[in-house]
Amino acid sequence: MNAPVKTVAVCGAGGTMGAGIALVSARAGFRTICYDVAREGLDRSRDQATVFFSKSVERGRMTEEARTQALKCLVPTVDLADIADADLVIEAVYEDLGVKRDLLRQLNVICKEQTIFASNTSTLSITEIASGCGREDRVVGMHFCLPAQLMKLIEISRGINTAPATFDTAWAWAQKASQYPVETQDKPGFILNALLVPFNNDVIRAVEAGLACPADIDKAIKIGLGYKMGPCELLDLIGLDTQVRLCEAFYPVTLDPRASAPPLLRRMVAAGHLGRKSGRGFYDYTQPRG
Amino acid sequence: MRDYEIIQAGPSRSFPPGDEFLSGSVPGAEVLVLLGGEPDRDPSRAAILIELDTECLGVHTGEQSGNEGSNVLGFARYRNGFDAPTNLVELVRQPKSSEEAIEAARLMFEAAGFAVVCCADQPGRIIDRLVRPKYNAALRFLDEGLASAEAMDMTCRMGLGYPDGLIERVVRGDLARHYDISSALHEMSGQAAYMPARRAVVAKKRKQS
Repeated sequence: MNAPVKTVAVCGAGGTMGAGIALVSARAGFRTICYDVAREGLDRSRDQATVFFSKSVERGRMTEEARTQALKCLVPTVDLADIADADLVIEAVYEDLGVKRDLLRQLNVICKEQTIFASNTSTLSITEIASGCGREDRVVGMHFCLPAQLMKLIEISRGINTAPATFDTAWAWAQKASQYPVETQDKPGFILNALLVPFNNDVIRAVEAGLACPADIDKAIKIGLGYKMGPCELLDLIGLDTQVRLCEAFYPVTLDPRASAPPLLRRMVAAGHLGRKSGRGFYDYTQPRG
Repeated sequence: MRDYEIIQAGPSRSFPPGDEFLSGSVPGAEVLVLLGGEPDRDPSRAAILIELDTECLGVHTGEQSGNEGSNVLGFARYRNGFDAPTNLVELVRQPKSSEEAIEAARLMFEAAGFAVVCCADQPGRIIDRLVRPKYNAALRFLDEGLASAEAMDMTCRMGLGYPDGLIERVVRGDLARHYDISSALHEMSGQAAYMPARRAVVAKKRKQS
C-alpha cells in the first residue's frame, strides 16, 4: 500500500456529486481541496456544506467541534495547480471520456508522483479513462452513489493496469471515510448501474406494453419486494433524459437489448416529460398526488 | 361486496394451509375464489377469481383475438419462492374484462387486508416480469466474475436501498423455482433475458436427479 492519504482533492466539486464526495472526505477529517472551473459552483457547494453539517449537529450525528473542523477541511480553488500535493484526487467531472482523459493528463503533469487518481465514473471504463495519462498504474475507479454524503456505498474497480497498492490505498481510504467499499470488475455500469439501468428500461417497456399503470407498478414493487421507491418514481427523480444518456452509454458497449432506450422513453423526453425537474414524467408533479 | 366463497381443488401458493383468508369463505357469496380447478360460466357471480401460477389467465378462459374478457379474472398473491406470501395481490384482467368484476375483486381483497394492483394478462404479471431478468443478470454477473455475491448483495442494499440482495433473495426463494418461472416467461415472451441463468439450470437439474 502507498503512504496513508492525508490530503484529498475533488475535481468537479461545484457539481452535485463532487460536492457530496467532498463532504464525505472533509467529514472524515481529510484536508479536502475542492476544485472546479467556476467559483459560483464552489460557493454553492460551500453553502450546502454549511447547511449539511449544521443539520448533522442538530440531529446529533456530529459535534459542534467536528462541524467546525470539517468546514475548515474544505479548501476551495479554481486553480488546478493548487491540488499538486494531494495524495488522492477524485474526479467527478462531466461524464465524457475525452473530458476525463484530458483532466488526468493535466493532473499527471501537476501532481506529485505518488498521487493516486480515482474516477467517479458510473458508465465509462477505468482502463480507458486511465489510458495515456502517464500513470495508468495509479488510476482506480471509485463510484460513489448519489447523494454521496448520505449513501455509504463505493464501488471500487481496477483498470487493467491498476497496481495492487493503488487499489488497496483507495480501499483503505474509503474505510477510513466510514464508507462501505465493494470490489467490482471494470465493466460497464459496474454492479449498480449494470443492474439498475436495464431494470428501469424493462419497467418503461412494461408501461408501454400496457401491462399496468405506473402507480400500480410502483405499488407492486414497493409492497411485493420491499423497495423504498417504485421504479417509475425513481426514474422521475433521476430524470428521464438522464436515463436516455445512461442507455446511450451502455448499449453501444454491451449490445444488451435491455440497455437500449425504449421508444416510450425517447418520446417522453421529446415531449419534455423529464420527471420531477420538468414537473411531469410518469407522474404529474404540477398537481398534488392523491 | 366483501364476502367470498372459496372452492379449493388443490394446493395454493397464495393461501397456504392455515392462512386466515381460507377461514372467511361464505357459501354462495358473490365473489368466487378458485384455488385450483377450472371455472364454470356463472354470470350470477360478481367475479370469479382463478389463482394463477406461471400461466396466463387465457389458459383457463380461452382467448378471442383481443376480445376476451368476462367476470372471470386471475390473481396471485406475490411470494418469493417459499418465503411467506406478501400482502400484495396481483389481479389479472383481460381486454374486455368486466369493470364491475374488477371492482368487486378489488373491494373483496382490500376488505380482507390485501394491497391490490391490477395488470394485463401478460407473462409474469408485474413482479416476475420485472425481477426475473434482473435475477438472471445477477447470476450471470456472478459467473462472469463481475463481483462476489456478497458485494452484489451489499450494493443492492446500500446503493439501491433494497431490503435484501438479489442473489440472496433468488437463492432463498429457490433457484429451481426461479428456473421454472423464468422458463415459463421465456417460452411465452421469447426474450433472452428470461432464459434461466446457468446456476438456476444446475439447481433444477439437481432437484430432478
